[in-house]
This record gives sequence, structure tokens and C-alpha cells, in this order.
Amino acid sequence: MSPALRDVAVVGFAQNLADHDRERNEVEFIIPVVRDAIAQSGIPRHDIGFTVSGSCDYLSGGPFTFVQGLDAVGAWPPIKESHVEMDAAWALYEAWVSIQVGDVDSALIYGFGKSSLGDVHEIFNLMNDPYSVMPLWPSTVDLAALQACAAIAAGVTSERELAEVASRSHTAALANPHAIAGRDASADVLLAEPVTHVPLRDADIAPITDGAAAIVLAAGDLARKASSRPAWIRGIEHRIEPLALGVRDLTRSESTRLAAEAAGVADGPVEVAELHTQFSHEEPILRAALGLAPDVPVNPSGGPLGANPIMATGLIRIGEVATRITAGDVSRGVAHATQGPCLQQNLVCVLEGEQV
Amino acid sequence: MTEVLLEQHVLEYPGGYTRSTGPVVGRFLTGLRDGRFEGIRGSDGTVIVPPTEYDPYTAAALSEFVQVGPAGVVTAWTWVAEPRVGKQPLDRPFAWALIKLDGADTAMLHAVAVDSPDAMSVGLRVQPRWRAERIGSIRDIEAFVPEGSEPLVVPSPEPDAEPVTGIVTPTRLNYEINAGIAPSKYLRGLAEGKVIGQRAVDSDQVYVPPRGSDPTSGEPTEIEVEVADVGTVTTFCVVNVPGLSELAPEIPYVCAQILLDGANTAWFGLIQGLPADEVRMGLRVKAVWADELIPNAASIKWFEPSGEPDTPYESYREYA
Repeated sequence: MSPALRDVAVVGFAQNLADHDRERNEVEFIIPVVRDAIAQSGIPRHDIGFTVSGSCDYLSGGPFTFVQGLDAVGAWPPIKESHVEMDAAWALYEAWVSIQVGDVDSALIYGFGKSSLGDVHEIFNLMNDPYSVMPLWPSTVDLAALQACAAIAAGVTSERELAEVASRSHTAALANPHAIAGRDASADVLLAEPVTHVPLRDADIAPITDGAAAIVLAAGDLARKASSRPAWIRGIEHRIEPLALGVRDLTRSESTRLAAEAAGVADGPVEVAELHTQFSHEEPILRAALGLAPDVPVNPSGGPLGANPIMATGLIRIGEVATRITAGDVSRGVAHATQGPCLQQNLVCVLEGEQV
Repeated sequence: MTEVLLEQHVLEYPGGYTRSTGPVVGRFLTGLRDGRFEGIRGSDGTVIVPPTEYDPYTAAALSEFVQVGPAGVVTAWTWVAEPRVGKQPLDRPFAWALIKLDGADTAMLHAVAVDSPDAMSVGLRVQPRWRAERIGSIRDIEAFVPEGSEPLVVPSPEPDAEPVTGIVTPTRLNYEINAGIAPSKYLRGLAEGKVIGQRAVDSDQVYVPPRGSDPTSGEPTEIEVEVADVGTVTTFCVVNVPGLSELAPEIPYVCAQILLDGANTAWFGLIQGLPADEVRMGLRVKAVWADELIPNAASIKWFEPSGEPDTPYESYREYA
């Protein structure tokens, strides 16, 4: 990364899963995460320079429903605001750029989604190629299963490894109060369960989750004032691959590899990685693309297999790594977010606890 | 806690979403209608199927079509035990597969009609089963089947058929919308003939309908306040376009922002009971409730003059 970049850190992070309280609407479950993240930062709400959110209107089936989210952030007097129809990790990227160009010194980022309202695995078919794929209505899980099949056929992973990933993730989720799908089941137990979407089992598929997350970013001295140990963003990059499934090599993630290279993943030790793995087989593909050593802990939070509030799940990965850095558990970690069928688009963020 | 209200909601584009194909996709779809598969040669010489107008990696414009198939090989597959009937290609359990047609270097997605996942494997040879009625769509292929499991019938093109230049894609998504806590209380109030808002925590502002938040501060609102069904017209619009409102079939009619007594946000409603040219800012109006009250904004049909003197402009200028 260029030495001219400003130091920007995560100084507040909160997540809220409405599955514990399904009665709330989007505004009602965004409010607590925005309040918590801002309170952690200590920055007065109206001093925050920029507000940007990530969500998907198709989740609730209404046009421009993302605008309603603003009722949860306090938009009067008028605020500087933006929105991406992407996981809020990309909203964080926009905020980071806005801070880099010097427009603002702080930003509030939030992502939210109520995946339970419709058939969320069907809804995302609308992202597929409108001529050759969308009219066939494959679900998100169907396409992921094809990728898993290709990866196993190529020897990139195995059914046993998928079960090991799922077992470890679900067990870790038990210790995460924000996770909804924690269970203590060994890989052998999972392998004995029925295959529901060949070669995937239900345990390999992220649960349908409603929820929201929020992060506050701050630059330089403002971040040092806001946090005793800011989680500094040392590199962040995102890359996209072609939409046509057959054009891509589904057994590897070249976009993740390039993003990791640009973000500087290999420039230091990786003590923890939080990866946006909505399906078990995505972990070995991403591990390889990120160049992670076998002993790097992946998704100690349980990851998306423990809780998957779509449009916030990627942002939560950044928040989970930042939380561990701020707590002093680790000094350097990698967060990953994805969007699109079969890991089409990938974002990689490197966070560190100390100034270089 | 109030039980939240749920409502069935359908997102649909009547008649389907219409797209033009452009020359390359159009030629691919024309080929499917006419019984052939056409790919395109990419910058590195590989054959891309379905064809793309531009090379996915170099972005160079592509133009050299190559006929491929009709048979091919499965490179990846999965099983659909519970098909989405009416949307997916088959209404009985089937396999999805990425299929690399003979002569192609990329695989395409389609269904494979077999009775059981046991019949599927990577490397399986498959052939297309065309539909009798073909319109220039990826769905002109009903499904693929294992090679040789049935006679391969390759349709012949209709003479003089025009090339495919567009597609129509029906889209329908079903939802069960959850109103949330604050809106549910408001909607249940309407079913009892009451208008219920919420008061801000740190000011005296009352929001109707309530959203569970104070939109100026972002703080939650939890104090319910019943406001009057009588209020003041703060601004209005005379509508001369017919057919926009079932409740106001005759034009001109008037829709207005109405500041209900006790509320700090204006309410959108129809004004009836006086000629359109007599509606004015400051007019006092009263809600006319429907005969059958339901938890829905339709419980208030419209507003009519209450007979009270007009409200002075100064008292509502902040809302006009």
C-alpha cells in the first residue's frame, strides 16, 4: 500500500441478530447496533462525517426500502450519506476511501437484512445472467453445491474436510452469543447426516438469519482518542470475476488471491482469519487463495455457518477481527467478504493492532 | 409484547421483464430455437458457451461463432430433491449440471433429467432434449439426458423465422412481510378506530405512523400516543389524472397532507365532501372511517370538512 495513506481504524463494532427477537422490523433492529457502535467510539453521533449502509431491497421485496434504514441513524439535520446494494463490507470500503481522500475523519457503516421474509436462496437468482441462467431459477444453494462438487472432483477438498469445517464452525458458534446455529457435533456425526444438496449437508449451509451490524471508522488521532487499541486497516481491496459460471475456475478464487496480494496479507503473520464462508467448501478454496498456513485459526466466531445475516455477514467478519485486536488477543488478522454466486466478488481487509 | 402483523406480499413484473439480446446472445438463442448450439471464440482461442459479446478477461469484442455440441460432458452436478415447481425446468427431482458441450471450452448450466442421483457423475455424457415449442430461450432445452438413453431429436429451423432479438423473463417472488413492533401497534389501532403514534424520548415530537424510531435522532421510540382523527390540511394537490385511486374514481379529486391534532408529522389522505376548487391550506378535516375496520391504512377512506373555522397559517407553517 502507498505510504501516503491515512491511518484508519475500527473503533466501534456491534452486531444484533433479530432471530432472537423476530418481531422487530429492520429499523427496530438497526437502532441498537448503531447506538452501540457509536457509543463504543465515543464520537458524538452528529460529529461522524459520513454514514454508509449495505443492504438488498429484494430481501423485503420493496423498492428503495434501504432508505427506511436511515430512520435508525438520526438523519436530521441532514447528514452526508450513501448506500451500496452490496454486503456492508463494501460500504466500509467506500467509507475508507472517503476518509482516505480527506473528505471526512470518521464514518458510520451499517448493514442489515431480514432474510426470513422471502425465499432468500431463490431471490439471489436475480443476480445471475438474465439470458442463460436466471430463467432456469437455480438457487444460491444449488450453485454453491455445483462449486463444491467441482472442488471435490478437482481434489481441492473432500467431503470429510467439509464436515470438519462445519463441525469446527458450529462448535465455535456455541461460544458466540451472536450465533444462532451452534451445536456440538463431530465431523463423523455430520458425515452420517443426510446429504441434502449433493455434496452438501445442511450443516454445510449457512442458516437463514435476520440481523444487522455496525462499525465506526476513525482516522489518525481521532481513532487513538476513541480506542485504547484501535484496529488499524493496513490494507483493503476487492476484486470481481466474470458472472458466467463456466468461464470461471470454480475450484479456486483468483479474485481473492489478487485482493489478498493487493491488501498485503502476506506482509506479516496472520493470527486470525474471519472468512465469509456461507458454505463449508468455500473455506478451503479461500484458505488457498489467501495463502493461509494450515495453523491459522479461521472463523473462531463460528463464521457465517453460525450466523448469516445477509448484507451484514461480511461486515461482521471485519468487526470480529477488529474485536480480537482491540481486546489484545491478536495483533494482526485478515477479514474476507464475498458477494455474488460461487464467490464471484471478494474483498480482503488486513487489520493490525499496532502502528507500523 | 404486541404480536406483530404479517402480510403476504408478491413482487412481480406483470408480463415479465423484457430485455433485448444484442447480436451475440440473440444468435445463441436463435440457435437454440433452431436446434443448434453456438459458442464464440475468445481472445485466447477458447470457445465460450454461452457466447459473450466481449472476452471475459481481455474485454475484446468477439465475433467468430463456432457451432458446438449437441452432446457434452458433465463437469459438476448437484441434486434437486425438491424442485421449485413452475420456475425450475422440471417438476420432479432432477440434477443440475455444468455441461461442457463437445467443442466448447467452458461449461453451461442446465438440468439433467434422471431418476436418481445415482445416475449422475462427473464425466457423464449427456445430450439435449429439445422442447417441441421453441421461442429462443435457454428453456428451449427441456433438459439434458444421459447420452443414448433416448433418440437424439435435433429440430430443424423453421424457414423464414426472424432472428431472436429479445426475451421476456417472468419474475415472481413471494414474501411474508413482518410489520415490526411499532407499525403493528399502529395498524392494530386503526382496526379499533384509533390513530396511534409514538412520542420521541428527548422531545415532544409525535410521529404518525410510528416506525419505532425518532428519525431525527435515531433513538428508539416506545411511548404510544393516541392522536385525533381530526386535523388541518397543510398542503394539497388537485389530481386531474383518472384511474389513480379506487376511492376517488371521479376527477378532479384532492389528495392532501393532513396534520392530525396531536401529531408532528403530516398524514397523506384524500379530501372529499367539497368541490376540489374549495380545498385550501388550513382547512379543518375529519377522518371518514370505513364500515369494516381492519389493521390497514384503508380503514380511513378519506377526510371531509369538519365544519370548524380554518387554522391560521402561523400555527402549521412548519409543516407546510
